[in-house]
Amino acid sequence: MDFEFLGQTFLKLLPGIPVTLELATVSLLLGACLALVFAVIRVRRIRPLNWLVIGYVYVFRGTPLLVQLFIIYYGLAQFPEIRNSFAWTYLREPYWCALLALVLNTAAYGSEILRGALLSVPRGQIMAAQACGMSGLLLFRRISFPIALRQALPAYGNEFILMIKATSLASLVTLADVTGIAARIIAETYRPVEVFVAAGTIYLTICYGLILLVRLAETRLNPDQRDPAPVARVGAARKEVTP
Amino acid sequence: MLDTLAMFGFGPEGWGPAMLRAAANTVAVAAAGFALGGGLGILVAWAKIAGNAPLRWLAAAYTTVLRGIPDLLVIYLFYFGSGLLLTPIANMFGVEGFVSFPGFVAGMGAIGVVSGAYHAEVIRGAFYSVKAGELEAATAMGMPRLLKFRRITLPLVTRHALPGLGNVWQMVLKESALISVTGLVEIMRQAQIGSSFTRQPFTFYFAAGVLFLAITILSGLIFNRLEHRYSRGRA
Repeated sequence: MDFEFLGQTFLKLLPGIPVTLELATVSLLLGACLALVFAVIRVRRIRPLNWLVIGYVYVFRGTPLLVQLFIIYYGLAQFPEIRNSFAWTYLREPYWCALLALVLNTAAYGSEILRGALLSVPRGQIMAAQACGMSGLLLFRRISFPIALRQALPAYGNEFILMIKATSLASLVTLADVTGIAARIIAETYRPVEVFVAAGTIYLTICYGLILLVRLAETRLNPDQRDPAPVARVGAARKEVTP
Repeated sequence: MLDTLAMFGFGPEGWGPAMLRAAANTVAVAAAGFALGGGLGILVAWAKIAGNAPLRWLAAAYTTVLRGIPDLLVIYLFYFGSGLLLTPIANMFGVEGFVSFPGFVAGMGAIGVVSGAYHAEVIRGAFYSVKAGELEAATAMGMPRLLKFRRITLPLVTRHALPGLGNVWQMVLKESALISVTGLVEIMRQAQIGSSFTRQPFTFYFAAGVLFLAITILSGLIFNRLEHRYSRGRA
């Protein structure tokens, strides 16, 4: 392996990192908001919308992201109505198309994760909140949602990783993210191994950092599972003294 | 509407047969990659469960790395990387220019190596959910190692692994769309050809989506039946 070339490649790939990170962050944030709305519609069984969401999730989880991306980027141009509308200023840009496809895709997967989490909130917790006089939005914001978030975090952490990997498809609609630059270097130099190692290292670092962040969030959201506080240790010591 | 139906029909001008042949290619390359990944997954799971320290470390590195790198990069590595190996050999025999694995082989290899990491995790999880008593009972009956593996361990692990394997298959199927970058005429590549020929990209990519959906629904049904079959006699 040619380490000088590896270093050069690494430097050339660096400008792709912000593109990859931006695509992943924006699509995950928007996708999570959409997913939450969909999950609430499913859990509350809000009738006509419920069916729509079920169909949407089914279609978006049953087809490859690449098909969704190409339908949006190449497909929509087939209709003159869209080409002449205001939306065309965005839909002809590969960046917005990639973002739209990623958002719609992650919203479908995310809504299933959040739905499962909302359904797993213990009935007793909600009843206790109701007994305290909470209802509606207050109950959701203070009780159901935080408990569901704890449940959902490990699975949603997986979805983060999958989305980092999914942003690489944006390179197929000409965006210069890490994979896009890597593909161009491979085509120019025919040295796939070094390029793969350099790009792979970047993706692995991003994913590993993300895993650490998710773990940090998990310990923050689950105060009951953290190391016992000093007070508790005093209690334990006292137990040993009295036989 | 009628025009669209005629376009995907089986007449002389129709794209129906081409799309169906492409769908068969998609299923073939996905199935071949899935099988390769399954074999790799069994080996890696075995290394993780029963291997010594260096083997375990290697297996852990493999599953971590392959699950953190985009599939597209792995496909590029296999497609162009095989060219690195094959082009000098081909040139030696008088063939000019860039020579690499055909798209099918490169795609199968890439899918196999990526899905092997997911297979390994599913199989390992399934092995640990087999109860120790079930395996001890087989030992107590005096079964030799190989017989015990074939008659007891394998069926029980399969039972626990099937739902996870179904998920891996669905993932592999959707991943196979990326193999279009190697030029293999699977569903996506055929849709690209059709849309550049007729200038109707939406129609063709939509048809590609419908085909993928049909394949995922069908394979979901098959996996459901398999799960039912392997859960016979479950308390």
